[in-house]
Amino acid sequence: MASIDIIPGPADTARADSVWSKIRYHAAAHPLGVVGAAIMAVFVFAAIFADFITAFDPIRTNSLITLAPPSDAHWLGADQMGRDIYSRIVYGARISLAVGLGSTFLGCVFGVALGLTSGYLGGWVDLVIQRIVDVLQAVPLLVLALVMAAALGPALDNTIVAIAIPLIPYTARVVRSNTLTLREQPFVEAARAVGMSEFRIAVRHVLPNTLAPLIVIATAQLGAAILTEASLSFLGLGVPEPHPSWGRMLSESAAEYVRTAPWLVIFPGAAISLAVFGTNLFGDALRDILDPRLRN
Amino acid sequence: MLGSYLIRRFFLMLLTLFGISVLVFTMLRVVPGNIADILFDAAGMIDTAEKGKLEKELGLDRPIAVQYAQWIGGLAHGDLGYSYVSEKPALDEILPRIPITAKLAGLALLFSILFGVPLGVVSAVKQNSGLDYVLRVISLSGLSMPAFWLGLLILMVFVKYFGTIPIYTDPPQGFWSSLWLYSVPAAAVGFRSSALVMRLTRSSMLEVLRQDYIRTARAKGASDSNVNYHHALRNAVLPVVTVIGIEAAFLMGGLIVTETVFNIPGVARFLVEAIRWRDYPIVQNLVMFIAVVAVSINFLVDLLYAVLDPRIKYSG
Repeated sequence: MASIDIIPGPADTARADSVWSKIRYHAAAHPLGVVGAAIMAVFVFAAIFADFITAFDPIRTNSLITLAPPSDAHWLGADQMGRDIYSRIVYGARISLAVGLGSTFLGCVFGVALGLTSGYLGGWVDLVIQRIVDVLQAVPLLVLALVMAAALGPALDNTIVAIAIPLIPYTARVVRSNTLTLREQPFVEAARAVGMSEFRIAVRHVLPNTLAPLIVIATAQLGAAILTEASLSFLGLGVPEPHPSWGRMLSESAAEYVRTAPWLVIFPGAAISLAVFGTNLFGDALRDILDPRLRN
Repeated sequence: MLGSYLIRRFFLMLLTLFGISVLVFTMLRVVPGNIADILFDAAGMIDTAEKGKLEKELGLDRPIAVQYAQWIGGLAHGDLGYSYVSEKPALDEILPRIPITAKLAGLALLFSILFGVPLGVVSAVKQNSGLDYVLRVISLSGLSMPAFWLGLLILMVFVKYFGTIPIYTDPPQGFWSSLWLYSVPAAAVGFRSSALVMRLTRSSMLEVLRQDYIRTARAKGASDSNVNYHHALRNAVLPVVTVIGIEAAFLMGGLIVTETVFNIPGVARFLVEAIRWRDYPIVQNLVMFIAVVAVSINFLVDLLYAVLDPRIKYSG
């Protein structure tokens, strides 16, 4: 047998080509997913470059433009405190993304830890963890988030935790059921045969194989987290002032402005819906690509 | 076999409820600031002796475990304690609000089945057609819109075209006026559930339409509608039943914000008010009530599953 030549250059470009061609292939097959990704990109762009694409401070009040309708200077009008709504929506993308990504990440970390331990170890550990998951899942998401938010107090980081906790059981369930099948696989047995520690098998061999369903569920939860933050803030129990949260912009006082200043109601709600819509479109496409069992 | 499964499920259900009671009770007790703090902060008084007296009166000075035991002991014989805010028995505060929320939830569910199932079937039968795309985008937007925004938009339309707001001011008189008053907010809540039911009906139908027995039915010359509705829908409906059940329990999230927007005096809005006021007896009993409803619905759905699908076997 001749020695195997390792030629890094061409092989690497071939691989990069195949990644791009794969993306192109999936994009062509899922046009709605591309739309979703584009919407998400716009919101991420707004969140990152908020300072450069707005002309007004989202927090400073100006009594001269109180409840001003949309105009050339203030594209989306101004609110009851004379704050520019366009600027508040752009900066609000930061809050929504921070809470959305933060609570999804936290929920996934704890969900993976619980699900992996539960599924891999089995036995009484599994029984105990499953009862905890049952408890967290039995209370509707918003109700649990409300109680958590009230218990922790109104602050940005507390809101993230309050939304993350109700998300844990969903991730834990998915990871556990995947782990249950994976731990019977020959490659796990092989790893054990060569003397690898159980912890290392679970983290290095089982966990990476649950990644696809994990990405699918995390995208779905991102939308749910953004919606829950909006609801909490709408009810006055989420992100506190002066943060420009979309939900807070629609807080109960908004009902008064339904008659007099509809732009106060329309635009923040449209921002929430569009952001979540983008995530859902993208998530659907991802699920179709990564989880062939669900493919229609 | 089914019997032992049910008994096991029932005990697990009790265990879950016990876990929820402990969780909610402790969460509410770690809240910084109790009702005494709120009342005294609002009054601007910092009389520690007075505050201590109030805390003693409300039993807030006793150890948490004792407070918990008192609560559960009371629940066992129908004593839910007193609301801190109104000082009326919690039971009297909660009970009259339940039918209001129940009507709203029932109507919302009805809407979701009425719209969700047929549209889901159409979407699946006409897979990848223009109609399918439109329906899928509509259903996805239903899942993306916050219920309170949809509620506000509905109010806006009413103001613009009718000059009035269908908002709850007095208890409605008569069947038709109450149906009218409830169906507007119920539509706002039900839109999301319809979208969910539709998506699920669609994917479940697509799954079934691929099966061999559907091909056999077509080969035997059965008509399209016969195949779609008689053979396919009957088999596709099972997972939809589960989702409708779960959704029934989880409608609460939509109800909370919608009752707030439409000013409806139901339990869902009451929960938010009680949380704001740190009215523990109301909050803990309401959350328990919601959990009992959710857990029992899940239990019933499992039962229904066994009835609808004789293939399912339960191992104890």
